[in-house]
Amino acid sequence: MPTSASPAARALADVTASDSALRRFLHGLPGVDAVGLEARAASLGTRSIKTTAKAYAIDLAISMVDLTTLEGADTPGKVRALGAKAVHPDPTDRATPATAAVCVYPDMVAVAKEAVAGSKVKVASVATAFPAGRAPLSVKLADVREAMAAGADEIDMVIDRGAFLAGRYLKVYDEITAVKEACGASARLKVIFETGELSTYDNIRRASWLGMLAGADFIKTSTGKVAVNATPANTLLMLEAVRDFRAQTGVQVGVKPAGGIRTSKDAVKFLVLVNETAGPDWLDNRWFRFGASSLLNDLLMQRQKLATGRYSGPDYVTVD
Amino acid sequence: MSDKPEKTERSGRLSVFKTYKLYVGGKFPRSESGRVYEVTDSQGNWLANAPLASRKDARDAVVAARKAFGPWSGATAYNRGQILYRVAEMLEGRREQFVREVAEAEGLSRAQAEAQVDAAIDRWVWYAGWTDKIAQVVGGGNPVAGPFFNLSSPEPTGVVAVLAPQESSFLGLVSVIAPVIATGNTAVVIASERFPLPALSLGEVLATSDLPGGVVNVLSGRTAEIAAPLAAHQDVNAIDLAGADEALAKELEIAAADNLKRVLRPQPVDDAGWSATPGIDRMTAFLETKTVWHPTGSLGASGSSY
Repeated sequence: MPTSASPAARALADVTASDSALRRFLHGLPGVDAVGLEARAASLGTRSIKTTAKAYAIDLAISMVDLTTLEGADTPGKVRALGAKAVHPDPTDRATPATAAVCVYPDMVAVAKEAVAGSKVKVASVATAFPAGRAPLSVKLADVREAMAAGADEIDMVIDRGAFLAGRYLKVYDEITAVKEACGASARLKVIFETGELSTYDNIRRASWLGMLAGADFIKTSTGKVAVNATPANTLLMLEAVRDFRAQTGVQVGVKPAGGIRTSKDAVKFLVLVNETAGPDWLDNRWFRFGASSLLNDLLMQRQKLATGRYSGPDYVTVD
Repeated sequence: MSDKPEKTERSGRLSVFKTYKLYVGGKFPRSESGRVYEVTDSQGNWLANAPLASRKDARDAVVAARKAFGPWSGATAYNRGQILYRVAEMLEGRREQFVREVAEAEGLSRAQAEAQVDAAIDRWVWYAGWTDKIAQVVGGGNPVAGPFFNLSSPEPTGVVAVLAPQESSFLGLVSVIAPVIATGNTAVVIASERFPLPALSLGEVLATSDLPGGVVNVLSGRTAEIAAPLAAHQDVNAIDLAGADEALAKELEIAAADNLKRVLRPQPVDDAGWSATPGIDRMTAFLETKTVWHPTGSLGASGSSY
């Protein structure tokens, strides 16, 4: 599956030719039926996933976790501990799958890289003046290059919500393409829309298409730093967008809900959304991720419960 | 009040039946399973439907109890005493309701039921007094051969699963809950299987007594069904088997051994049925002793500070 922007850009070349053309295209996208979307997300959340299906879902969810620490108080020690946990989430059961990646600030990439060395766990770095994104483009690009130089496998960028909400779509588009270029061929780019700040579902759909047109490898809901983070409804909307985008251009784009997903039950609901909306092609950590930190502990406790038949407790998983 | 239906017929007013619910985390949920079972009085007449809790309700109750443990065990003993006394105050105001529920459930005369309820209220007061005194009785300073203070203090064990006595639906219930929470533990209580209504009503009293949500969680249903997952639960620290028969107690004790839970086996009950002064054994059963060594201070270069 090609992941670069070029075929998509060819298919929709005229769309991104000018600010007005881009606006015409994005505003020409069908409006979102908010009530229908929320009802659909809620009804998919009522599926009962039990026994072997649950065991499969929990292992899949663990393998999709981007284990995240994005605090001002992050120390090298904490990042090393996180790396160790990403490689062996449950040291008492080596059959537990590793997580997909650890997600850290750019200055911690080198430490994280060392901590996961020798495993398949990737290192993702937030960049571009995360989480606000309020910095000049040159600073954002420098941020990305630093992270790349330190060895990041994936870059999580934030879009300029101010420009997006002001309707300057081409500025947002240009920024994403510039960052994509800085990532080169070696790193996958996740584009964070901060859906909680986009006000409407229509805006989330527009942002999704804008991000995909600009060459995002992943579209991601949130930074986890605002009041409203990933919800089933906005994730469903983004899953519809990647499905439609692949149907139209042949390019597959991943989705990453982040923030606010804390329980196994929530995670399984999201997996149901993926399977029923985008399809089983996305049920892989190359195409779907959870941005989370406390979720992993709950998944591990549920996994222990399934393995032993006894309810587990927080004493049997690590604190962070 | 057992003649309520007749009264309502005469007054032409529709009966208002009470929906008994569980008490978990300070809220009153129905059972997650949606199940209920019929509760009857001693003559077999229908009294109410009580929730038939499932193992998931038990799991949710443990989560609530664990969340409440930090603040409750960290509250001052004096404050816990005030709250336990407040429970007695609130019960006093609803004495009539409990007298009726106990009389109906256990088939007691009004006078006997009143005696039970009064004893239960007094028991809250008794344990309220103990909260800030137990540490002086079972802890203290130990003499050691060195320049140290050596202090032993009792600390609460954590989340305690309590199987309430099957026969004494209210006095027995209070007699097992109050000592657990007086010392700072939090409790998941399985009400008497046949007589759950006084326990479920007690939840309503606790909710209005300044007791933080989650400190006491009340489940009703089949004791064996709910107790099994609690005994095996890795995040439950102790279990009181007061309401288990011999076979069930043995089974639960085996399950509880897995994470080394403290187990209080069923204790012989006095002839008068829980009415004797309880002593401190039920409190100490769920306490752990922490001993701290602390330097006595400036025992400096001079050799001795004394």
